[in-house]
Amino acid sequence: MARTLAPVVAVERSANEARAARRDRLAGAAFTLPALIWILIFFAAPLVLMAYFSFTPLSPTGGRGAIGLGNYRAFFAESAYVEALWNSVVTTAIVVVLSLLLAYPFAFAIATKVPRSWQRLALAVAILPFWTSYVVRSYAWLLALSPSGVINWTLHALGVTHHPLMLAYNPGATILGFVHFFIMLNTLTIYANLVQINPRYVLAARDLGAGAWRSFLTITLPLSIPGVMVGAFLTVVLCIGDYVTPQILGGFRELLLPQVIMMQIQRQLDLPMASTMSLLMTIVVAIVYLAMQRWLRMARL
Amino acid sequence: MTSPCRTDTKAARGALLALIAGVAWMVVSTPAFARNTLDVLTWCDHEDPALLGPFEKANDVKVNFKDIDSTAAALAVLGQSKPGDWDVLVADETDTGRLAGLGLLAPLDAKDFPFGDIPAAIASPKLTSVNGVLYSVPEKFGYNTIAYNKTTFDAAAAADINSPWDPKYKGRVAVYDYYVPEIEYTAIALGMNPEKLTDADLPAIKAKLIALKQNAAMVGDVTTVQQALATGAVDVLFGGGEWVTAGLAHDNPNLNYTIPKQGGVRWQQGLSVFATSQKKDLATKFIQYILSPEGQGKLATSSCYWGMPANSKAVLTDDQKTILRWSDQPTYIKTTFPYLQMTPDFDKKLQAMWAEVLQSK
Repeated sequence: MARTLAPVVAVERSANEARAARRDRLAGAAFTLPALIWILIFFAAPLVLMAYFSFTPLSPTGGRGAIGLGNYRAFFAESAYVEALWNSVVTTAIVVVLSLLLAYPFAFAIATKVPRSWQRLALAVAILPFWTSYVVRSYAWLLALSPSGVINWTLHALGVTHHPLMLAYNPGATILGFVHFFIMLNTLTIYANLVQINPRYVLAARDLGAGAWRSFLTITLPLSIPGVMVGAFLTVVLCIGDYVTPQILGGFRELLLPQVIMMQIQRQLDLPMASTMSLLMTIVVAIVYLAMQRWLRMARL
Repeated sequence: MTSPCRTDTKAARGALLALIAGVAWMVVSTPAFARNTLDVLTWCDHEDPALLGPFEKANDVKVNFKDIDSTAAALAVLGQSKPGDWDVLVADETDTGRLAGLGLLAPLDAKDFPFGDIPAAIASPKLTSVNGVLYSVPEKFGYNTIAYNKTTFDAAAAADINSPWDPKYKGRVAVYDYYVPEIEYTAIALGMNPEKLTDADLPAIKAKLIALKQNAAMVGDVTTVQQALATGAVDVLFGGGEWVTAGLAHDNPNLNYTIPKQGGVRWQQGLSVFATSQKKDLATKFIQYILSPEGQGKLATSSCYWGMPANSKAVLTDDQKTILRWSDQPTYIKTTFPYLQMTPDFDKKLQAMWAEVLQSK
């Protein structure tokens, strides 16, 4: 009897397992679907539309022209536009390097030197400027850098300068505004990574005779690279497409690509050319992502 | 004692009511829903309650306005709206032909408006009409010329259009970032006729603008350059005019503007009715009100920016007329050129050239 029932039980069990697996798959799909629909409607569809627009340049009379690469040819033929893309890439690279150089020691000090009970407070103080609006922060820098601002006032009071310096409305002011913002972001990502590193690794290295620098360079630093890279990538994404900071602090001394994109829309409503430029910027971000992909481990944060 | 369950139900009911009220408010506030409104796409100078109040009261209507800062911005709003959502447009009159060509504007009857009180150069059909059909009524104008600080910039220097290029003022000049008047103004400095620019003129204009940029401390938008002049960061604003200095006349009497002896550029804005408007009579009444002496006085001295009223019978005090340089206007109009009327293709070329100037080291 038992011998005859065994295959039936096995078949039933396998059917139950299949049903459970199907239920799991359906539940997984149901949970994923809202996010997927959201991404399709608000990211994928606009991206496809933008790509389509970029291939339909305006005709000389301002109407819709024939589908083709006209906008891309026009972009690369205009030195000022290519230069704007280059300026954006260079500015972003400088901001990434400076932000990381300043944020790393800061995050390291909070993670390893500040007592654990004080770390939360130290981190809250470190990211305090996040609480103010991005625009307000940029205007605050503009006031600080103005001819009657605190920096010029101090330089004058110390006898360093006799006339107010024009510190704002140049690429340096843009970089300053960016770095101020991205130090906070990078401090967060690096700190989150540093506190996950098992302190026993460093202790073991020290036991084996490695000095403080060697254990940092061979253990802590390599293990914190994912946090550094995530911070660097977020900085690239947010910095290269930002319009507010260069507009407020940089003026029009040297144009970045987002400013040129806005020129296309504000002055002529040339959405196809604006789409072309935006798509080129997206391609740059994608290239950066591919180059950094090896080190990007969000799960480590 | 209230049970937690009942408290939850009350809270949920309250939240639902708040949600319904919020959605209702959003629906009611849309232009299409409101019946007793006049929907206007306008620049910031038409938004003062003192200007709109008398019209709203007299016609028992609410003027619902949306702020725009360029014709392109207006077109972007129209692209997101249904036909009939908007009734009146305030626009730079250099774009009248372009907007009429797109079929957006309704023909107007000149007899409905006080054209007899508007100076001939301002009322010119070149800016208001297409093929003899009136589409825009001029309401306000002013200049893109030289604005300066009297204490640091010599009045005699201001009378010469070339002074912003003088190395003596290196680092003391601000340049207004709107390529159309700046290119025209530079063309005047080069002795060209700014109304007849062609591709062949552009290299010389570009070289001259790059030289100007090298002498300038900054290039900026309206707010930036106005702030720079007002705070003393710069002494002279290339492309500035009464729209920068007049509103600040009492707080900062040292600010001034002038038209150099070589001439200047004249901006001019007008009112149009949308072809799809369902309230054309009310829209016409609104334009008539803005063109009335009272409406013109208030528009000219708007809290956003001052400018010359198109109607010479505008109600203004003597002090306001002095600030606006009222008695100089006949000469100023004669020595200034209106904004260029361009094909979209030429406009693109000018914009690309302006980007090259801004990128120059």
